Amino acid sequence: MLNNFFHLIGSVSILFLQESGRITLLLWKAVLLTFQRPFNLKDILRQMEEVGIKSMPVVLITGAFTGAVLALQSYTGFQRFNAETFVGTVVALSITRELGPVLTGLMVSGRVGSSMAAELGTMQVTEQIDALYTLAVNPIKYLIVPRLLAALIMMPVLVIFADLIGIAGGYFVSVKVLSSNPYTYMERTWNYLELNDIFSGLFKAAVFGVIIATISCYQGFFTRGGAEGVGRATTKAVVLSCLLILIFNYIITALLF
Amino acid sequence: MYLVSCILFFSSCSSWFNLGILGILAHFRHYFIMLSAAEKTLIEVNDVHKSFAHNHVLRGLSLAIRQGESMVVIGGSGTGKSVLIKCIIGILSPDRGNIFVAGQDIGSLKEKDLYQLRKKFGMLFQAGALFDSMKVWENVGFGLLQHTTLSKKEVKKRAIEKLNLLGLHQIEDLMPSELSGGMRKRVSLARAIAMEPEILLYDEPTTGLDPIRADTINALIVEMRKKIKVTSITITHDMVSAYKVGDRIAMLYQGKIIEVGTPDEIKNSTSAIVQQFIQGKAEGPITQAEAQI
Repeated sequence: MLNNFFHLIGSVSILFLQESGRITLLLWKAVLLTFQRPFNLKDILRQMEEVGIKSMPVVLITGAFTGAVLALQSYTGFQRFNAETFVGTVVALSITRELGPVLTGLMVSGRVGSSMAAELGTMQVTEQIDALYTLAVNPIKYLIVPRLLAALIMMPVLVIFADLIGIAGGYFVSVKVLSSNPYTYMERTWNYLELNDIFSGLFKAAVFGVIIATISCYQGFFTRGGAEGVGRATTKAVVLSCLLILIFNYIITALLF
Repeated sequence: MYLVSCILFFSSCSSWFNLGILGILAHFRHYFIMLSAAEKTLIEVNDVHKSFAHNHVLRGLSLAIRQGESMVVIGGSGTGKSVLIKCIIGILSPDRGNIFVAGQDIGSLKEKDLYQLRKKFGMLFQAGALFDSMKVWENVGFGLLQHTTLSKKEVKKRAIEKLNLLGLHQIEDLMPSELSGGMRKRVSLARAIAMEPEILLYDEPTTGLDPIRADTINALIVEMRKKIKVTSITITHDMVSAYKVGDRIAMLYQGKIIEVGTPDEIKNSTSAIVQQFIQGKAEGPITQAEAQI
């Protein structure tokens, strides 16, 4: 019984170390290849469109409703001790520091991460990745580097839009629905918001972008077992990306606190 | 080849008397070069082992492929034929043993050199492995687009030439999903030869095709060899294809090559394992060994 328990702990630990080692190695190879010629600008732009432009509607809707609900909830609480005028401050700080990057990360991992894992997974099981090797093209350079760069660049861009629309959503609810004073709301928003709040959020977004691209590409790249394997890889990519986003969100917040 | 060399050798004996000692030596050197070119080993697989988890697939496989020859590797499903060619092209690394291609040890090459070496290869995949997000001509010209400075227009022109060579017309702007199985294989073959490789690897070229399409592919393989004079390795379990395209046939069984010979030698093999396989019999030493496992 005790032996089985230790065996289980050992197996899980080895698996965890193996997986994290392989993910880190893949990321390291991709980083090194980023600086090697040829630079596939066209592929990078295509992926930026996929990660950034096509995710925009989802991110904007998420941002708008998050800002709106945050204004409603904080108004309910702050009203109890006559601090309704600080709703704008809370909305702006929460959105820029936390909710903007985290929710954008979760939405993008669901939309883009799953697509990256499924696309690469299908290429793996249909031997298209092997075909790249035989054509003397490095698949990490050709497939992973553009996705990694696109996620790294476009996640902060998406978060800027999520921040803006989130603050706008909070403003709309506070001013139009709850009849707060628009000048006070805007004043309290901008007076307490520092550049550091925005940049810490953007830094988080960039890290989340790297997490989403690395995990999703890793899961897709090492897919085994046909259509079932692709499904499994896609699920793992989304779940693991989301978990790592939440874990790294805490770590980064603690470091930048 | 030895016979031809001997005839050439004796036919020129009369002229020796007219030559000095240096001339004689020069003649010897000439024949030596001719013979060594004919017998030059281009790919040498030495005692290769490869396992996947607890599945020991290759168990000390050794095989030499001469320059310009067409080697066919036969063997049952799951015996490691595909693993062998993936090891030869460096997609998989052997756990033990060495593979030499044009004198270079694949295992000791730096990654950059390995990619350079891969430019010598072209490969036809079992299911085509065409890039499904690209048009047919982009698939065929992929290597040219990646490794040359040719314009897209020029690459498309060359891709169309290769497609025409394989009897495919007016399909360059189609997507791979719009092609039949036989057409996909031919497009994959066009992609494999687009960079004019020295070595062509065929992974189950006739699997999944009807007998007529299969014979068309076999004819294309033979034709490719005549036209672009490549060294080729074909892995298959289709004996009709093996006899048609192979100069020599190697039988892979339980992770090792158990017999190599010309198609006639293989047909007349005394090995019960080879005979069961080539005759496609349900009963024999192969099935007995599988039953014991």
